[in-house]
Amino acid sequence: MLDASYYEKADEIIARYTAEERSLIPIIQDVQETYHYLPPELLGYIAQKIGITETKAFSVASFYENFSFETKGKYVIRVCDGTACHVRKAIPVLECLRKELGLSETKHTTDDLLFTVETVSCLGACGLAPAIMVNEHVHSKMTPEKAKKLLRELRAQAEQEA
Amino acid sequence: MRMENHTDLKQVRLEAQRKLKETTCRVLVCGGTGCLAGGSDKIYRRLLELAADQPRVSVEFGPEIAHTSIHKSGCHGFCEMGPLVRIEPYNYLYLKVQLSDCEEIFERTILRGQPVERLMYRQEGKLYPSQEDIPFYARQTRLVLKNCGHIDAEHIEAALAVGAYEGFEKALFEMTPAAVVQTVYDSGLRGRGGAGFLTGKKWKQVASQKETVRYVVCNGDEGDPGAFMDRSVMEGDPHRMIEGMMIAAYAVGAQEGYIYVRAEYPLAVERLKLAISQAEEMGLLGDHILGTDFSFHLHINRGAGAFVCGEGSALTASIEGKRGMPRVKPPRTVEQGLWAKPTVLNNVETFANVPMIVLHGADWYRRIGTPESPGTKAFALTGNVCHTGLIEVPMGITLREIIFDIGGGIPNGKKFKAVQIGGPSGGCLSEKQLDSKMDFDSLARIGAMIGSGGLVVMDEDSCMVEVARFFMSFTQRESCGKCVPCREGTKRMLEILERIVDGRGEPEDLELLRELADMIQSTALCGLGKSAPKPVISTLNAFEDEYIRHIRDKRCPAGVCSKLRVYKIDPALCKGCSRCARGCPAGAIQGVLKSPYSIDLNKCIRCGSCVEQCAFGAISVEK
Repeated sequence: MLDASYYEKADEIIARYTAEERSLIPIIQDVQETYHYLPPELLGYIAQKIGITETKAFSVASFYENFSFETKGKYVIRVCDGTACHVRKAIPVLECLRKELGLSETKHTTDDLLFTVETVSCLGACGLAPAIMVNEHVHSKMTPEKAKKLLRELRAQAEQEA
Repeated sequence: MRMENHTDLKQVRLEAQRKLKETTCRVLVCGGTGCLAGGSDKIYRRLLELAADQPRVSVEFGPEIAHTSIHKSGCHGFCEMGPLVRIEPYNYLYLKVQLSDCEEIFERTILRGQPVERLMYRQEGKLYPSQEDIPFYARQTRLVLKNCGHIDAEHIEAALAVGAYEGFEKALFEMTPAAVVQTVYDSGLRGRGGAGFLTGKKWKQVASQKETVRYVVCNGDEGDPGAFMDRSVMEGDPHRMIEGMMIAAYAVGAQEGYIYVRAEYPLAVERLKLAISQAEEMGLLGDHILGTDFSFHLHINRGAGAFVCGEGSALTASIEGKRGMPRVKPPRTVEQGLWAKPTVLNNVETFANVPMIVLHGADWYRRIGTPESPGTKAFALTGNVCHTGLIEVPMGITLREIIFDIGGGIPNGKKFKAVQIGGPSGGCLSEKQLDSKMDFDSLARIGAMIGSGGLVVMDEDSCMVEVARFFMSFTQRESCGKCVPCREGTKRMLEILERIVDGRGEPEDLELLRELADMIQSTALCGLGKSAPKPVISTLNAFEDEYIRHIRDKRCPAGVCSKLRVYKIDPALCKGCSRCARGCPAGAIQGVLKSPYSIDLNKCIRCGSCVEQCAFGAISVEK
């Protein structure tokens, strides 16, 4: 059972939109932005509030790649594997990040919930290939060395904030 | 200020133009995603600080400073060279600007109008001070992208000063809706999203429906890997696109509009939101626009990470809050689109073309490009090419001109091998096809398509089988799963391609690939499925040899496919130090100290660690 504050937050988000089917995606996008994931309990609650079945809400949320039912790290690193990044060697960057963080194709988030590493099909920053995105910030012309340096910086930043 | 009528609009525009003229020096710091990643926001703030903190000159009276305005613009397009700073009226373009360069730019250029030559573009020893002279720009025809990088994308006044909403103004006050539709029809504008359907025809069909509740939807779900033209328009000149949608709404009698933007483009969403709210405040959007009977409301929907939502019926389903899956057509979107109402659905670049067509007329537009594909097309030129970035050229230009004249050719002295055009729905073209014209019909004839306009150049180090596998894995992952040909067919094609790059290909695989491709192309439900086999078929046609070498000889001629690499030690270079043998995890390297070593290919696991360890560069991949 989630803390009551989650439901209050959900109410607040629903109030930004109209309580109907068409608002489902914007609502759960905002929820995900708030918590970095979509708590399944909350999805059922939202479905009820906007008058659709829970299964329907689940079918929508599971269809789109952006929604995650699992908690994500503080820093979500999205490695672009679009065509331009691919031909400019994005995979070694991805492999380096995974190796440094002890992650794999099936394990995306570190146990300390600091980092999540995912791939995306294209960030639209092809002129800067290979590119990666940390939360909403794009980093250009990556190399495995630059990726290691970036991880060090992010760790230091997280420690400072803690 | 809210504008109540036509006179207000004219006055506001005059005022904006007057302000623009007063400015004696404009500094435009590129605020596109690419340059932002390079730290252009810091450069922007630093230049602002410098211009404000001058003790010698008071901001109110100083002739230089008071009239200096610093703007955050949209993408200039020369992404490879970012962060970019453009300084008007000199039109100097500074490349790869660092925070530490700001003082010099301020002292020399902003205060004195002198160039900082070391930041300027050079090619073969020649210096190009102004942006317009640089070959990358000089050979382009920038109409849709005209303002990108040249105006402040966050203020509507900046757009108004350079003519935004003039097309809308003309449509609203001087033309009937039917005349607007006819103009767009006569211009021959074709949808820039991929299929190249006549925009005017679409509008005519919507305008002729019995149902009077109608929608205008803009497809900004630019999902093709390797494409970012639409992002640049949304970020750099959002009002041009909004104006296009408003003209469409007026023409077909729509009351509401939706812009569907990819989730991966947060800056575009932000800039569009800002642009819409400014247009609303000024009375350009909302009820009774400029005192007329025309009302139009615009909304933004963010995508949620599904490539298939770029397909019309999937996109409208997503706006409705459903799973974004295509449906069987007919009925088509023009008859039953969003909420089953007649809908004009065009992409960003298409809408961005509309204002100038209305303003200058169909005949003017038809003079650009080719008779069958009038106008220009924006391309995202990326991959192994010297100058990557956003370009806009007239339709009918050749690939050779784009890659070698504008793009500056292939870097590092490598040879051109192929260019992938149109993303996962397009094809790979080889050297032989470099002189083919870039327009909708010419490309269709050689089995490729403009698609959304991604151009990824590949040099000799790219393996075409691997590229085909890459695209197939993309479409397979993005297949929505609704129809069997796409869901199962792409999966099987991917399995075959994976087998081939792993060295387990069979001679009959090529026939099987062609057969599956044919089946998927003729039976899949939507455009994504129908075009999914194109990257495979086009590489198979142009580079069949490479497939055969993978299958028959178990070799990857480009040395890309790791499982097919053959490492060899050059006896002339090997000093016999034994370092590689000691580091080989498979124990595949043998030899006697101080004489050349050799690799046992049966034991070799192709990890490449020996190449990294050799201090003499004696180990390489055989091609």
